[in-house]
Amino acid sequence: MARGHHDIGGLPGAGSIDVTEHQLADWEILADAVNQALGARGVKRTDEMRRAREEMDSSAYRDMTYYERWIASIETILIEKNILTKAEIDKKLAEFESKWGEP
Amino acid sequence: MGRAVTSATGRFRPGDRVKVKFEDRPGHLRTPWYIRGKSGWIEKVYGDFLNPESLAFGKDGLPKKTLYLVAFNQADVWEKSAVPKDKLLVDIYDHWLEPLA
Repeated sequence: MARGHHDIGGLPGAGSIDVTEHQLADWEILADAVNQALGARGVKRTDEMRRAREEMDSSAYRDMTYYERWIASIETILIEKNILTKAEIDKKLAEFESKWGEP
Repeated sequence: MGRAVTSATGRFRPGDRVKVKFEDRPGHLRTPWYIRGKSGWIEKVYGDFLNPESLAFGKDGLPKKTLYLVAFNQADVWEKSAVPKDKLLVDIYDHWLEPLA
């Protein structure tokens, strides 16, 4: 098996950890809130979310920021558990985009 | 983690020398690649926890696995170590460890 895209500690090119303070965007705080709410309701576990991020397409994983990966894993798990369908999520996304424009 | 710890059924005690297994298989593995195959010692026994390798797939996490804080000399982990006397501390489950004499 190849070494996972999430497990790069010590690899040449992995770079150092950015420990500078930075402001979270509103959508990032919302992503965290949705994640916590789903956990509190017992819908998902942290380990499931991690597994979903580990199973993502590697180039997509590398292209995403931290909270973009969170959102992608929330979507994966909600679809996997038959709570939402991909079609329902895409429909809602189209509604938001027509209302507020594309992100 | 974060849940109350009441017992530890694992094989190791603080101070025991251990070697991390070099395993690679499909699934959600909590043991980072860089520490697999390295030798260290048990720093602390946290207790028994549901197994994340099972929880990650929506299963019940049973049987519980004992989780340890395992210490390594930095010089034993990296080819080049900036500060050789520093330790590296990693959380590792019992089934990833084997005893060292």
